[in-house]
Amino acid sequence: MPDLLIELFSEEIPARMQTRAAEDLKTRVTNGLVEAGLTYSGAAGFSTPRRLTLTVHGLPEESPLVREERKGPRVDAPEKAIEGFLRGTGLSRDQLAIRDEKKGQVYFATIETPGRPTAQIVGAVLENVIRNFPWPKSMRWGSGSLRWVRPLHSILCFLSDESGAKIVDLDIDGIRAGDSTCGHRFLNPKRFSVSNFEDYAAKLKQSFVILDAAERAEVIWQEASNQAFALGLELVEDRGLLAEVAGLVEWPVVLLGRIEEQFLDLPPEVLQASMKEHQKFFSLRNPKTGRIEYFATVANRETADQGATILSGNQKVLAARLADAKFFWENDLRIAKSHGLTLWADSLENVTFHNKLGSQKQRVDRMAGLAQSLAPYVGADTDLAAQAAQVVKADLASEMVCEFPELQGLMGRYYASAAGLPDAVAQAVQSHYSPLGPSDTVPSESVSVSVALADKIDMLAGFWSIDEKPTGSKDPFALRRAALGVIRLLLENKITMPLTEAFALSGSKIDTSDLLGFFHDRLKVFLRDQGLRHDVIDACVSLKGNDDLLLVVNRAKALSEFLASEDGGNLVQGFKRANNILAQAEEKDGVEYSYGADVKFSQSDEERELFAALEVQSKVIKSALKLEDFSKAMSGMAALRAPVDAFFEAVQVNTDNEVVRRNRLNLLNLIRATCRAVADLTKIEG
Amino acid sequence: MTPTKPTSFQDIILRLQAYWSAKGCAIMQPYDMEVGAGTFHPATTLRSLGSRPWATAYVQPSRRPTDGRYGENPNRMQHYYQYQVLIKPSPPDLQELYLGSLEAIGIDMALHDIRFVEDDWESPTLGAWGLGWEVWCDGMEVSQFTYFQQVGGHDCHPVSGELTYGLERLAMYVLGIDHVMDMPFNDPQNPIALTYADVFKQTEEEYARWNFDVADTEVLLRHFEDAEAACATILAQEPIDPKTGKRIIMAHPAYDQCIKASHLFNLLDARGVISVTERQAYIGRVRALAKQCADAFVMTEAGGYSA
Repeated sequence: MPDLLIELFSEEIPARMQTRAAEDLKTRVTNGLVEAGLTYSGAAGFSTPRRLTLTVHGLPEESPLVREERKGPRVDAPEKAIEGFLRGTGLSRDQLAIRDEKKGQVYFATIETPGRPTAQIVGAVLENVIRNFPWPKSMRWGSGSLRWVRPLHSILCFLSDESGAKIVDLDIDGIRAGDSTCGHRFLNPKRFSVSNFEDYAAKLKQSFVILDAAERAEVIWQEASNQAFALGLELVEDRGLLAEVAGLVEWPVVLLGRIEEQFLDLPPEVLQASMKEHQKFFSLRNPKTGRIEYFATVANRETADQGATILSGNQKVLAARLADAKFFWENDLRIAKSHGLTLWADSLENVTFHNKLGSQKQRVDRMAGLAQSLAPYVGADTDLAAQAAQVVKADLASEMVCEFPELQGLMGRYYASAAGLPDAVAQAVQSHYSPLGPSDTVPSESVSVSVALADKIDMLAGFWSIDEKPTGSKDPFALRRAALGVIRLLLENKITMPLTEAFALSGSKIDTSDLLGFFHDRLKVFLRDQGLRHDVIDACVSLKGNDDLLLVVNRAKALSEFLASEDGGNLVQGFKRANNILAQAEEKDGVEYSYGADVKFSQSDEERELFAALEVQSKVIKSALKLEDFSKAMSGMAALRAPVDAFFEAVQVNTDNEVVRRNRLNLLNLIRATCRAVADLTKIEG
Repeated sequence: MTPTKPTSFQDIILRLQAYWSAKGCAIMQPYDMEVGAGTFHPATTLRSLGSRPWATAYVQPSRRPTDGRYGENPNRMQHYYQYQVLIKPSPPDLQELYLGSLEAIGIDMALHDIRFVEDDWESPTLGAWGLGWEVWCDGMEVSQFTYFQQVGGHDCHPVSGELTYGLERLAMYVLGIDHVMDMPFNDPQNPIALTYADVFKQTEEEYARWNFDVADTEVLLRHFEDAEAACATILAQEPIDPKTGKRIIMAHPAYDQCIKASHLFNLLDARGVISVTERQAYIGRVRALAKQCADAFVMTEAGGYSA
């Protein structure tokens, strides 16, 4: 059983693309092999900055012979048809079989496709994979037309077993597959041959290349943690950075450096952002002071001076970066202390938010008005909400946020505190962007919530008013995220706030029902992730009051529980039966049976009992709904299950007596109307 | 081999010139117009187009009016030098050639950490883009390394490999200088030793003042329009010169106007008279010129045209 080893060796692959590329290589090659009839027992993909590697174990020597039977024309068919069949199968007449079929004797051809050697299949599959590789961005180089993420230099591709390695015959635009590769660019750049995967991985390691990105990440993490521990410091976890750095080095060497004293008073987030963003450094925190005091950089090599030159170079670059950051921080603080945040807030006049929606300043003014109007729904102080909204975007004009946009909000909070603004305002400055995603924390402080809602609703209503809605995969203004943010703010803080009112308060001229529909779609996605069926949500969304999402969700949750009960499932069947009979009768008679059911036309006990039950339960349901007590309303519906079932068991609705029939149809409508007040059960599937 | 350390800014420039000359590049001189980067030199922009092989290296003074800091910032100036290398088609060992150039200016590969970090290059004003890296030496960006894919809206066939070194920053690193103005321009052992400040401190102040506060924006705007119009006029001429009867397409004179427009836009930008929305429009206008010049150049002999 031969094993396959492939290495595509190129100039440096962007770190962010490596993991995905190794996975794509694995999937595409193994899929191609399987399509060609090969089986394999295992496969693994690897990546380093300069190579994508794939090992596939346990392949057969060749693909199996494939036998295909094809039915031809009848023996007495015209000669032309038979000749055509022979041409199509590549057989001669004496190779055909004749079999008796219902319609007479028929020719059958058995076509055998012999197995192909695995090496041949591998060559064809790999060429196809290389030529069609799904790089996010690819390029040409030199005079060639081949595309790869960066120039591709060599291809290692062979099958190996106990008897040795056989190089796969493959030549792509002048790059011939071989059995050799190169080591580390600087530490051991020599080309060397390998005989199988184990030999390959071992020789790479001798040549200062750790093949597995996970192993490199582990080395970095362990090494940095240990060195930090020795200094009494802790490494600030950053998985994203770790993965990125593991994609920048083949031979990670961790070097720790001290941050100059003069920079230690910068906010830790600023230190971290500056070091991560520009230098890809990890931060080391002193657990006693909470300050970031050291950094860890990861070099791609060992040196005779134990990294001293590299470290001092990195330190120098960092000092220059931090000098910038310190300059921004001190300037910003000075401005915040002497002018508050208003100087910046006013300067947003010159910043375009969107050319059809005006400046940032105009947006902030709209937000302030909206936050003030929404405050009562949230239970927030209206003045504080307006005051906060006026300054929440101010830090966008600060130098620090210009340099590190990802610190928006956070810097604003520092500056708001420095300016002596109330805590609630400072907090809102930081948290009004939240929640940024499905797992981000939702603010709970009322002023923050008001402004966060105003921020998102203004944005949504604004973009709706200029018809810039998300389409398909395109959502350049992250409006889906904004809507989800509103949903989570309302639900997690249990805020009753009819969205149509909020839309009206935003002052944007929009198609309210269209935007509400967008919210409902997002709500469905959100609740589906929480395990609520979409039809259950549909049944609640189509009712009056559907712009109050908290109400919709409470109703949906109660309905979901109800449907899970035995009464619930059965009542839905009863309801649907009533609804179907009604719908048919209404269509046939061209009228709507919507009132006038009278118990005096009842002819059976079941009929009378249903009347009685409906009278009692509709009152129960009505008052429960008034109190938004949905589980009580549901139990009202549950109590209808027995009488409804009994009714359908005993009573024939469509009788010859027109008065009785009409009365029964009107009775069915009572069921329909009573249930519909709770939820639109027609939407329930099954 | 341990390379000797250079002693001055110009020593580094001379070493790069000698290195790339030895590697077969035509050592050209700076283009005699104000440009924002070495890429604007027609030896790069235009020569990266078409099928004819090309290899050049040169220093290009570069002007970025908005980066002026009156000579006070340690490494930010409105006027600085770039070293530019362009080889078409990009040779397979371009990375090794590049690393050799670092050795040549005294960076010992055995002690430093050189990294190729993803950085895709795009010039909206030139309608050009390419893939490559910024090259890090011990965490500091010392060069841009780009494989041109498109210039002036034309696909590059063959592809050029472009290297751009920010000379001051690189030299400061190699020489161990913290503030650009302290850098020795010539060898400090000379009887007349000059620092970067001796050469450029005063001009940085003068230009910063002019760029930020004095440049007459109305005049600049008018010049921009003139350059734009001139470019069109030049390119609208018949290919056959009526005087000589030769086919002479004036791609370079037209491109000069494009360079002018680009620099005027930078000046206007530094004067703060261009709003965010207008910015895009101006960039689009310069790009349109660059494209027309590229269209014209590929119809010339140097651009690979054959009748």
